[in-house]
Amino acid sequence: MGDIAEMVSQPRQEAPPEVHVEFAGVSKSYDGRTLVVKDLDLRVRTGEFVTLLGPSGSGKTTILMMLAGFQTPTAGEIRIGGRPIQNLPPRKRGIGMVFQNYALFPHMTVGANLAFPLEVRGMGAEERRERVGRALELVRLGELSDRRPGQLSGGQQQRVAIARALVFEPSLVLMDEPLGALDRSLREEMQYEIRRIHRTLGVTIVYVTHDQQEAMVMSDRIAVLRDGVVEQIAPPEGLYEEPERAFVASFIGENNRLHGRVTGMTDRDVCEVETGGVRVRALKVAPCEPGDDVTLSIRPERVEINPEPGRYRNELDARVEDLTFLGDHLRVRLKACGRDDFIVKIPNVLGHGGLLEGDGVRIGWTASDCRALNHEGGEE
Amino acid sequence: MGGGPGRRGRLRGAMRVPREQLRALGLVAPLLIFIGVTFIAALATMLMRSVHDPVVADALPETVALLRGWDGERLPAEAVYETAARELSRAGEERTIGQVAGRVNRVQGGLRSVFTRTARDLEDEAPDPAAATGTPWRDALIALDTAWADPATWHAIRTTGERFTSRNYLNAVDMDRLPDGTIARQPEERRIYLRLFWRTLLVSGAITILCLLLGYPIAHLIARAPPRRAALLLVLVLVPFWTSLLVRTTSWIVLLQTQGVINDILVAIGLVSDDGRLAMIYSMTGTLIAMTHVLLPFMVLPLYSVMRGIPPQHMSAAASLGATPLQAFLRVYWPQSLPGVGAGALLVFILSIGFYITPALVGGSDGQLISNMIAYHMQTSLNWGLAGALGGILLVGVLALYMVYDRLVGVERMGLH
Ligand SMILES: Nc1ncnc2c1ncn2[C@@H]1O[C@H](COP(=O)(O)OP(=O)(O)OP(=O)(O)O)[C@@H](O)[C@H]1O
Ligand SMILES: [Mg+2]
Repeated sequence: MGDIAEMVSQPRQEAPPEVHVEFAGVSKSYDGRTLVVKDLDLRVRTGEFVTLLGPSGSGKTTILMMLAGFQTPTAGEIRIGGRPIQNLPPRKRGIGMVFQNYALFPHMTVGANLAFPLEVRGMGAEERRERVGRALELVRLGELSDRRPGQLSGGQQQRVAIARALVFEPSLVLMDEPLGALDRSLREEMQYEIRRIHRTLGVTIVYVTHDQQEAMVMSDRIAVLRDGVVEQIAPPEGLYEEPERAFVASFIGENNRLHGRVTGMTDRDVCEVETGGVRVRALKVAPCEPGDDVTLSIRPERVEINPEPGRYRNELDARVEDLTFLGDHLRVRLKACGRDDFIVKIPNVLGHGGLLEGDGVRIGWTASDCRALNHEGGEE
Repeated sequence: MGGGPGRRGRLRGAMRVPREQLRALGLVAPLLIFIGVTFIAALATMLMRSVHDPVVADALPETVALLRGWDGERLPAEAVYETAARELSRAGEERTIGQVAGRVNRVQGGLRSVFTRTARDLEDEAPDPAAATGTPWRDALIALDTAWADPATWHAIRTTGERFTSRNYLNAVDMDRLPDGTIARQPEERRIYLRLFWRTLLVSGAITILCLLLGYPIAHLIARAPPRRAALLLVLVLVPFWTSLLVRTTSWIVLLQTQGVINDILVAIGLVSDDGRLAMIYSMTGTLIAMTHVLLPFMVLPLYSVMRGIPPQHMSAAASLGATPLQAFLRVYWPQSLPGVGAGALLVFILSIGFYITPALVGGSDGQLISNMIAYHMQTSLNWGLAGALGGILLVGVLALYMVYDRLVGVERMGLH
């Protein structure tokens, strides 16, 4: 990677095609029995911001540690820039890493922490000072060079950790829940900062979080992980609009999740599903045949209350159970499809109609907004 | 209405505080009394003894008073002899003469028997005052023992007659006060303590370094081990603590002596011949090996406690930043473990400075340390004043060390919490 200044003058292009990091069939087991990462295939393009998103224990840190070189894959291969890195020790991988608890060295000043990676590379004092200064500028901590990490606030420590991971100008930076310890407002500010730095430097970032909102805000693409398996990898909009797995649909944003059984095919893409005593038409996402169990996912804002008759392929009766006014939208809880927690969001625009609790209403939605996904039992 | 019960509750709470403090005080009182009696009082007594010795002054008060006017060169006046004779025979009757003789004997070797014999003989050899011509008491005493014609004898009485004395401390650093009052080093053959202090410091330093070299990797291993294994390893470190010090030391004798296990093995595998058996014990080597073993836990525990607080991510972070394992250790791990190194080293050093049993058992003649000398003066020579002075110097040395450590590192960073 070149100079920081060079990077600034070279704005990020539309996802450069070359692959920077590649996981090919990577599995990992700590105890030799259970796989915590299962047959992972993942490609990260140069300059891309990819987030690994998943609940606790889904294997996010493990993946990052294998990439950084602190864990070895049980099977499969990891390549950086096309080269397998199995035999490269962490220090030779040239990867900047931000640890969840920052891992700043408490006995060194901020400046010394930043100079450390340069020092071990045998860089001269003059150049070191210059680079440390620039890195501190980048995270806007110019004046704190002589403080110790213990004398900094959480957000400042976080910035120092990021600056330290960047100061030796790696082309790949890994961040393991870097904002986990920060409070909400600081978190949002830091999300913005990390985005800005990513845009400025054009480095490839692999980011780990279990906060879906954070992932949505920051990432070019998000890989949703569950139990060591990538459920889906897509840009944030794609994940939200077109979830391919029931787990993804419920993990990203709010959704109405209905269990049903396929009763027939309407055409190639649309199937008919019976759920809670009614039949609805749904987009066939998971491969299914009549008789299969499926999970239906409908976003609350895609449901219209009292639509013009005949407008939607799915129209049915419902009863208003509960109304909550949330400023920009009205949240309506309905009894529909045999359940009483069907949520509909109505944007707060002129003429959204006066609903009352207990009203009987019609609701409708298109077949393509109702996605028939793999059956997911147990949870509801 | 609403504030009533609350206020009353608060008042009652305020009343309760002193009673709780009293109860707390009551609970720690036995400990305080115990420490007061067994530690502080004992320490104070020993230190007092090192500067305060009233035996001679009490037994020969007038003689001592008269000797203050003595010039120290010629023989004292007749009056001194007369008083001394009277007080000596009284000391003989009161059976304090033994103690007095012991005291003067420390200043001037050989005087013990002179004093006891003189006190005994004075009963039948008293000169007839009527027939006295010139100096009858002086003549009579000199007739009993020629030592009474030696100013050194009187000097010994005068020196030991001081109730408060720096003699013990001077002796403890191989010095003495000459009859003319000047302070000089002891003659070559009587200089033993300074050499012993010096040896003690060297041996303690060597043991500290050995403990550090051996203990550092162990502590690191335990601090990094998964909890179950760490617990097991800690127990292994602590087992020696639960075994009698005496047993541990004697088992080293079993191992190391000339006919011991190690030599037997070496002979059996032919590494040494049967008459070339190694002398590993009853020497400085024995002291070093056994004491290092005995004191190792005191190094491991503080090191472990500090190392456990160093996040393992720091080494990973250093590696990801490009440091070699050695660089990561030297720049990241070692500096953070320093408080533990300081605490462990201080603990081991201080303990080994005052160690007694192990050198006594396995040290032979050249593996003895200063505390063995203190024990000798406590138990054998019964020179408690000198023992107190040696102990006092040791105590001051340790306190000084502690203060230096506090200055350099800060005691609160020792990690002993
Ligand atoms: N060093 C280890 N030894 C054994 N098992 C481990 C080890 N590290 C992680 N695991 C197991 O591997 C699984 C995945 O862990 P990992 O730390 O990758 O999860 P994660 O997605 O990072 O979770 P979190 O969000 O809680 O950090 C977990 O079940 C965990 O118990
Ligand atoms: Mg994790």
